[in-house]
Amino acid sequence: MGEPVTLAAALNQALHDAMDDDPKVLVMGEDVGRLGGVFRVTEGLHAKHTDARVIDTPLSESGIVGAAIGLAMRGYRPVCEIQFDGFVFPAFDQITTQLAKMHARSDGATRLPVTIRIPYGGGIGAVEHHSESPEAYFAHTAGLRIVTCSHARDGYQMLRQAITCDDPVIFLEPKRRYWDKAELGDVGEGLFQSRVVRAGGDVTVVCYGPMVRTCLEVAGLAHEEDGLSLEVIDLRSLSPLDLGPVFDSVARTGRAIVVHEAPVFGGLGAEIASRISEKCFFSLEAPVLRVGAPHAPYPPSKLEHHYLPDVDRILDAVDTVRGM
Amino acid sequence: MSELLQLLTPEGQRLHHPDYDVDISGEELRGLYRDMVLVRRLDTEAHALQRQGELGLWPPLLGQEAAQIGAGRALRPDDYAFPTYREHGVAWTRGVDPVSLLALFRGVTNGGYDPADHGFALPTIVIGDQTLHAVGYAMGVQRDAGLDSPPGSGVISFFGDGASSQGDVNEAFVWAAVNNAPVVFFCQNNQWAISQPLSRQTRIPLYRRAEGFGFPGLRVDGNDVLAVLAITRAALDRARRGDGPSLIEAYTYRMGAHTTSDDPTRYRVETELEQWRLKDPIERVRAYLLRTGAGDRAFMDEVDQQADDMAARLRQACRDLPDPAPDAMFAHVYAEPQDLVQQEQRWWREYLGADHG
Repeated sequence: MGEPVTLAAALNQALHDAMDDDPKVLVMGEDVGRLGGVFRVTEGLHAKHTDARVIDTPLSESGIVGAAIGLAMRGYRPVCEIQFDGFVFPAFDQITTQLAKMHARSDGATRLPVTIRIPYGGGIGAVEHHSESPEAYFAHTAGLRIVTCSHARDGYQMLRQAITCDDPVIFLEPKRRYWDKAELGDVGEGLFQSRVVRAGGDVTVVCYGPMVRTCLEVAGLAHEEDGLSLEVIDLRSLSPLDLGPVFDSVARTGRAIVVHEAPVFGGLGAEIASRISEKCFFSLEAPVLRVGAPHAPYPPSKLEHHYLPDVDRILDAVDTVRGM
Repeated sequence: MSELLQLLTPEGQRLHHPDYDVDISGEELRGLYRDMVLVRRLDTEAHALQRQGELGLWPPLLGQEAAQIGAGRALRPDDYAFPTYREHGVAWTRGVDPVSLLALFRGVTNGGYDPADHGFALPTIVIGDQTLHAVGYAMGVQRDAGLDSPPGSGVISFFGDGASSQGDVNEAFVWAAVNNAPVVFFCQNNQWAISQPLSRQTRIPLYRRAEGFGFPGLRVDGNDVLAVLAITRAALDRARRGDGPSLIEAYTYRMGAHTTSDDPTRYRVETELEQWRLKDPIERVRAYLLRTGAGDRAFMDEVDQQADDMAARLRQACRDLPDPAPDAMFAHVYAEPQDLVQQEQRWWREYLGADHG
């Protein structure tokens, strides 16, 4: 335990410790060296490890992932930073056609232990391409693992675990929570396990990343104002999904909503709702609802508070599933 | 002086060059001849197997034997090569069993061998992606040696004239240049990207692109195995010394179709092929061997016999390749156990085991 630290500082500590523990760990990306990253998550790494292990790359996202693949084939464990969510798409080909498939293609001969860190999600008043939630694109591709932390304690441990994983991991960092503080300490769950973050019996609320804090606020309000008890589950891993605790919860509550910042249509909420329907059909008292963004591009920042799920919209969904 | 490095003319005349030359023994020369005859036979046999329904597809290398054997034989065991799907000749030089290539194009695997065993990555089908892998690998070589030391071994990335238009290839050039990576970009300019001629990809000779990225670009007669060997050795030596990347444009011609699914009569004329047939990569070495006495008819008959024997073996081995088990698709999706894959594999086994198997 100790003093609370920000998520950004926890991730920074994780990178320092991972590099200290394993000389094969490299950090690479745009502005990650001398600047320490635009969010300072790689602060201090270059001073300690020089160009040999902290690589300020050309402004070239496909290059970052493509070169990381080659470095991994040579025995390194690259941790790549993609500066913002909306900048990952130039690397989409390398991620989905090469990084994800090399292990299967080689019949298990070639392992690519590459971690790709991506600050994602909105709520910081940014310009276009700096607020997106691209997780569903990657979750659709077998061979990748996708995880997301919601606070500093998870952030530290999950990043450490992601770097030691022998599969490629997309590590999504909720950028609007970078400055939230928590104490570091042991986390019981494995990297790919979900967690019940608030127990309750009336409605199951499934969420991840930046929406965990929002959903906990919702649960607090629902309890204070209406005496409702919401069970909030932080998925943590988006591929694979660990839905066992969700199914157990829905078996008790009979009602579930899934909350994410990403657009609802074709999003992870659809997958989760479908699986809840398959497993919990006879327990359900209402259809599983999804709360997310509309089928519209991420809007100018003055509108983002309408675009992103907020406490009111989630409470509205809670009311809806309870009224059915 | 010609822009095109040539050490052996199409007529089998030996030329010399002040900067790039090879001092080659008769035995080595016979080896190159043998390599080229065998990979041409491999290619012909695979083509026939496709026509007979034993392979789903085959991308022929016909006409590019010198480019591939020359480049492949310039590599040392500790060097590493990143191929496209047409580098059957380079695969041969890296000791990859041709049956592995047949297995890929028969559809029993998407790979077929362990790249680490051969210093030869799996064929990359999405055009140009492998050039970035090569640069990354080369950056790893640099780090293993220490950034202030000569890398010691080299990396070579194959690609074609079509790939030169891809973003990834241009990014790879940038990355290699700014990192001074020990990589050789080996472009087989075979004049055609399926139906599109070189003029659809570039307005300047491809080798001149290198200058804009900050490293040397060289053009070699891609049908001249000696020139390719000489220039690739020099480029690899440069890389191993720590002097950085280079681009080689091997000027050659795709004598066959893009793949067995392609019909080149729709987009190119026979006279073009006639011209290139006169520049055949094997014939010039045969002429040179015979004229200098470094190889005689008996040697060539022996190589032909070897080719026949290999072809018979390949044919049988191809037909004997077992289909993978139905649930093999689940086997290596991840390196570490993954719940969803395991669940789906269980379901699949039960489903097939019930009464659908």
